Amino acid sequence: MSARNIVAVVMFSILAVFFILTALMLSFGAPMKSQMDDYIITHTQNETGTNSAVTTIVFDYRGFDTLGEATILFGAVSGVLLIFRRVKK
Amino acid sequence: MIFNIPFIAVVAMIFIGLYAVLFKRNLVKIVIGITIIESGVNLFLITLGYREGGVVPIFTSAPSDVAENAPGTMVLPVPQALTLTSIVIGVAVLALMLSLIMHIYRHYGTLDVRKIRRLKE
Amino acid sequence: MSEMSKIVRTLSNITFPFIMVFGLYVIAHGHLTPGGGFQGGAVAASGCAMLIVAYGSTWIFEKIKVSRLSAFESLGALGFIGVAFFGLIFGGYFFNNFLVRTGILFNIIPKTGFTGSEFNTAGVLPLMNFAVGVKVIAGVFAIVVVMAYASSLKEWKQ
Repeated sequence: MSARNIVAVVMFSILAVFFILTALMLSFGAPMKSQMDDYIITHTQNETGTNSAVTTIVFDYRGFDTLGEATILFGAVSGVLLIFRRVKK
Repeated sequence: MIFNIPFIAVVAMIFIGLYAVLFKRNLVKIVIGITIIESGVNLFLITLGYREGGVVPIFTSAPSDVAENAPGTMVLPVPQALTLTSIVIGVAVLALMLSLIMHIYRHYGTLDVRKIRRLKE
Repeated sequence: MSEMSKIVRTLSNITFPFIMVFGLYVIAHGHLTPGGGFQGGAVAASGCAMLIVAYGSTWIFEKIKVSRLSAFESLGALGFIGVAFFGLIFGGYFFNNFLVRTGILFNIIPKTGFTGSEFNTAGVLPLMNFAVGVKVIAGVFAIVVVMAYASSLKEWKQ
C-alpha cells in the first residue's frame, strides 16, 4: 500500500461518516412547509389552464431553466458532430 | 416502517460511484462511475419532496376528496421538475465524454490511465 | 458494422410504428398526463436507435445525411424561442402565456377540482412540447448515428 492509497482510504472513511450522519438526520415523508408549492398547486388551473402541475412548472413558471437546458442539448450535439468531422481535401 | 431507506440507498450509490472513480484504471470504468454518482444525486432530489400518503400532483382523474382541499396530501411538484433538467444535463455530459474516449483510443492505442499521463505527440 | 439477419430486420420493421406512435402520444398529451417533450422524445429516439442496430450503421449513414438532421434540430430550437418571443410581443414580458384567455386556439380553462381531460386547454404549452420533442428526437438520433459510424472505420482520415 503506497502512501497515496492510505490517504485515499482515510479521506474516504471521513466522508462516509459525514454522509451517513446526514442520511440518518433527515426525515422521510415530512418536508418543511413550503409556500411556493402550495401557491402553485392551488392556482394552476385558474391561471394557466393546465391539469398537470409538473409540466406547468417546467414550461410556464420556470421557463428560463428549460431555455438553458435546450441550449445545453444543442451544445452537446454540436460538440459531438465537431469531434467526428471529416475534412474533404 | 420505511425509516429512511431511500436516503441510505442514495449514500450507497454515491459511494459505489466514488470507489469506481478513484480506484479503477480503465477509462470506461471511470465514466461508468461518474454516471452512477449522477443517478444517486437525481434520486436524492426526488425523495426530498415526498409527503406521507401522497398522490401525484395532477388533477386529471384525481380522487375527489384529494382534489377538493387542494394542497392537502399532494406530493411537492417543484423537485420533480428540476430533476428533469438534471437528467438531460447528465446525458449531454456522457455523450461528450464517450466521444473523447474514442478519440483518445485512436491516438494512444491504449485505455490505461497511467500511460496517458504525459502530453506527448 | 454490418446488418443483422432477416428475422431481426422483419421484427424491427413491425414494431417500429408502434414505438413511434407511443412516443408521439406521450409528447402530445404533456399537459394532461405525466410526460411532456423530453420524456416522449427519449422514447421515440430509442425507437430510431433500434433501426440502427437492425440495419447496420454503414447503410444508415449513407441514407441519412447528418447535416439535414442538424438543421431539423435547429428548427425545433427556433420554434421554442419563437413562441417565447410572441409572448413578448403580445403581452409585456418574455414567456407570456398569450393563448390562455384571449386566444384562438387552446383557450378553455378547466373546472377546479376533480375533472376529466380536455385537449383544448393550456394555452402555449402544447406548441412548446412539440418543439422540444422534435429537438430531442433529432439530437439524440444524430449523436447515435455519428458515433456508431465512426466506431466501425478501419482508419480515420482527419
